[in-house]
Amino acid sequence: MRYTVYGLVVLLIIIHQDNWLWDDKRLIWGFMPITLLYQAGISVAASIVWFLATKYAWPHHLEEVAKEAPAQETGETE
Amino acid sequence: MIQLVIIGIYLSLLLFLGVFSSRLFKGTSKDYMLASHSIGPFLLLMSIFGTTMTAFALVGSSGEAYKEGVGVYGMLASSSGIIHSLCFFLLGIKLWSWGYKYGYTTQIQFFRDRLESDRIGIILFPILVGLVIPYLLIGVMSSGVVISSITEGAFESSFADYDYGVPPWLGSLVISLVVLIYVFFGGMRGTAWANTFQTIVFMVLGVVTFVVISSKLGGLQAASHAVLEKNPSKLMRAVDPADRVRYAERYQTWTLVAKYNYARRILKTLKLTDAQKAEAYKEFKPRFPNWQTSAEAIYASENELYKLTNEQVNKALLTQDDRVMPDPFPDKWKQGLMAHHDLREYPRRANAEDEKAMLIFAENIGHPEHDLDPNDPSKGKKWTIKKALGVYRASSWAPDAPHPMSKLVFFTYFFVPLSVGMFPHLFQHWLTARSAATFKLPVVAHPLFIMIVWVPCVLVGIWATSATFEGAPLFPPHFPANAVLAAMVKKMTSPVLAGFLTAGILAAIMSSLDSQFLCLGTMFTEDMVVHYAGKDRFTDKQVVFMARMFIIIIVAITYGFSLLEPRRVFTLGVWCFSGFSSLFPIIFAAVYWKRLTKAGTYAGVIVAFGTWLYLFREAKFALNPDYTFLGMMPVATMVVVSAAAMILVSLVTSPPSKETLVRFFPED
Repeated sequence: MRYTVYGLVVLLIIIHQDNWLWDDKRLIWGFMPITLLYQAGISVAASIVWFLATKYAWPHHLEEVAKEAPAQETGETE
Repeated sequence: MIQLVIIGIYLSLLLFLGVFSSRLFKGTSKDYMLASHSIGPFLLLMSIFGTTMTAFALVGSSGEAYKEGVGVYGMLASSSGIIHSLCFFLLGIKLWSWGYKYGYTTQIQFFRDRLESDRIGIILFPILVGLVIPYLLIGVMSSGVVISSITEGAFESSFADYDYGVPPWLGSLVISLVVLIYVFFGGMRGTAWANTFQTIVFMVLGVVTFVVISSKLGGLQAASHAVLEKNPSKLMRAVDPADRVRYAERYQTWTLVAKYNYARRILKTLKLTDAQKAEAYKEFKPRFPNWQTSAEAIYASENELYKLTNEQVNKALLTQDDRVMPDPFPDKWKQGLMAHHDLREYPRRANAEDEKAMLIFAENIGHPEHDLDPNDPSKGKKWTIKKALGVYRASSWAPDAPHPMSKLVFFTYFFVPLSVGMFPHLFQHWLTARSAATFKLPVVAHPLFIMIVWVPCVLVGIWATSATFEGAPLFPPHFPANAVLAAMVKKMTSPVLAGFLTAGILAAIMSSLDSQFLCLGTMFTEDMVVHYAGKDRFTDKQVVFMARMFIIIIVAITYGFSLLEPRRVFTLGVWCFSGFSSLFPIIFAAVYWKRLTKAGTYAGVIVAFGTWLYLFREAKFALNPDYTFLGMMPVATMVVVSAAAMILVSLVTSPPSKETLVRFFPED
């Protein structure tokens, strides 16, 4: 599933380049330019893909960091 | 004056918030710089979003849409929604975990450890500070301009040179001081709280403004249909044939005006009689102030009242468009006629419109509340200097040629938002997170928040191209794009809403400024003073004191630069983002590529800097806002070349020590 999520991110980047709408001036619902609606859809789709990423590709092991030990002092390294 | 009072109340609220959050200040440097890793998901989302959305979010989005059409959403906003969250997800969480574990506060501390190199800090510190300062400048300058334009006419007799409003230098100074005070007292905790408050303010007010403006324009459908009818190209990224025809007609009329003015003003071979003028005005439909010249020019041309050589025609076009006259005059332009694109090869004379507009419209300029003619109020009110400049540009300069959006530029704009991966102030915000899980909400909600802010602003921007208000077009040609939103709010809404919206715009600006100020203070103390003088040499209180002092110095320097009024500040902004993006391969490789070496990083940084400098020079130091390299955004070349240098040099130099690899890649 992790790789499916990565694939979806790549797909988002590809479909973001909507060459087929370049010269389309249609208004959807009488006011919304189709290009703007499509790109707003890309924003919603991005949010969904990132939600899937938090479900299926989340680095859970990093959540343990805060549980294992208190934070180091600023600028203090091992 | 109402606007000024609302802005004053808003700024006081912010100061209160900063001072209140300082009461929770634990007194340690870690609390001042990282809020003791205590920030939860909601505060992290709001503070990161507020930080990444600058003045560009409200003012720039509507201004760019006004200029370029709806395509700007895909180019600037939806691409950022994908890439910003990608950076939070791929870089933010990992860097947070190392920051938490190893005590980092700044990027440079991480790079020094990861690359086993002390000197990388000496190279990166000036580059990062140098790139943040223009970014700060955008905020400081925009805040002054916004306050100045919205308060026009607020004073009865003071500040006449600034249209009786708050001068930009004073607005910028007040905003800098307010941000300085709440960052000074509140540190990172105050910044996170103020960012959250301000992000809510600008999101809510953005939506309210959208609703009010759309209803004033007769509703959503009426507003968009006006664009479809008058400027269809703004609804897409190609040029509509109707716009091409309209432009050709307008350019033709403009060339007649240029020739007519040249014949009567420069050659002094033509002067219409009163009877001829009356005849000229009879058939003409006035659209903008100062329309009479166009009517006379058409009349003079139709009746062949003058004759010019090709050289004189070219000189007429250059003069009318306020272009620098080439000396010696090129032979080719003594024979052939210049097309519009030939004309644009010559730069506009700096401040030409200021001198001429002030001269031509001297009698009309005054307090915007006073009548133009005290004996006849029907003639309207006095003009502001800004209006006089606008009328001059609209009636003198050549109309803008419609142009399509390049597909390659649209695609390569994807490289610009990569800059968030290297923003030092964002790095610091990431480190404030309470845990890795805190990042989930920002990663998911960021693209949606961008959409909520940008879609209404883009619609308002395209509506502005075609809207009419009280029977006249809302904006004349060549209206400054970044002033569109403020002007629309001022003309179409009540003073109270205008005051609130200004507070919203200032909120967007200040929510970036605060993080940047704090980050520079942190970098100076942690990466330079404490690193080189030794941690034990100073108490924690002294470290906080030094950070605060450095912040004051940076604010003073930035404010000083803002007084120099560099033009094209937004274009400079894109160059500064491009600089950060060109360093993205380095942070990405440092997090994911074990084979990255110290030498490879040096090579990447030096090549990124060199390429940036070369392309910046080629773009005439941001004076050419449309500059592309190989048809692409210059940033694409910078990223590819710096990545290639980093990879090649890393592969031929010794890999990092085993200890470092175990420290950063224990799972392998």
